[in-house]
Amino acid sequence: MTAPMTIVLNGEPADLAPDATVADVVTSLGHDPSLPGVAVAIDGVVVRRADWPRTPLADGVVVEVLTAVQGGC
Amino acid sequence: MADDPLRIAGVELTSRLIMGTGGAPSHEALHEALVASGTQLTTVALRRLDPTAGGSVLDVIRDAGIRVLPNTAGCYTATEAVTLARMAREALETDWIKLEVIGDDRTLFPDPVELLDAAETLVDDGFVVLPYCGDDPIIARRLEQIGCAAVMPLGSPIGSGAGIRNPYNLRIIVEQASVPIILDAGIGTASHAALAMELGCDAVLCASAITRAQSPARMARAIAGAVEAGRLARLAGPIPERLYADASSPDYGRPDLT
Repeated sequence: MTAPMTIVLNGEPADLAPDATVADVVTSLGHDPSLPGVAVAIDGVVVRRADWPRTPLADGVVVEVLTAVQGGC
Repeated sequence: MADDPLRIAGVELTSRLIMGTGGAPSHEALHEALVASGTQLTTVALRRLDPTAGGSVLDVIRDAGIRVLPNTAGCYTATEAVTLARMAREALETDWIKLEVIGDDRTLFPDPVELLDAAETLVDDGFVVLPYCGDDPIIARRLEQIGCAAVMPLGSPIGSGAGIRNPYNLRIIVEQASVPIILDAGIGTASHAALAMELGCDAVLCASAITRAQSPARMARAIAGAVEAGRLARLAGPIPERLYADASSPDYGRPDLT
């Protein structure tokens, strides 16, 4: 049994199962990872939605999960 | 207008008003304003996904049948803006990006050095780049030269409602451009939008002027009308301004009534 890992998810520490993928993280934020509308970057690099289910996370990575909000200029 | 569409990167838009969604008091008010504005292109920002947020702005935009234009608002460096643009492309499935790279948080003026750098990277990466820039004709020309699909000079600071503070520069920007010039930032009310179009801008972007008005939907209609009126006036060819009067009633046939 591998120890759980801790990542920084949208600025806050988050504990994940050792085999957690990007898709799991997106799901944990209430978004269905098969749907558009959300983007993910790990340590500043964008991960394409199609790759989410097979992209594992490593301890200590910084993950940003973004969506569209009202915004003008 | 259907017979005078705005063309950006091969896409035709019959409305020359681009509406920003920022600042609306509610999704309902936003929807009403979007519909009232007649816009076919509207901006959104990207922020951290909040599981507790109720409803998505994307649903509102989709309901209104409007094309979405993500922005990079809040970025201070080219690196941040390029990553955010790539995230926007991934989330929203569009390669259009309204590129904003801000120099400081007091003026929200663009940083021209970071902006050019980011624009160049994104154009090379296949994006349709619409950069928010200052009212400087040289930076506007440089952005066009590196392949931006349109150029978006400010009229005055974002959210200031101060209108167009340098109409002379704007005229030069318009005169030298061969891509659409979209007046971005500073519009406060309908007359500002009409002036932008009379000066030769191809379109106007408005967010706060509409969304923060006491009646957003009513202001959306007003500004849409002003954009159309200003465009018609520009196409109609206004008379040259002069210092002294020039009577339009004939000089001949005047009666002697003394």
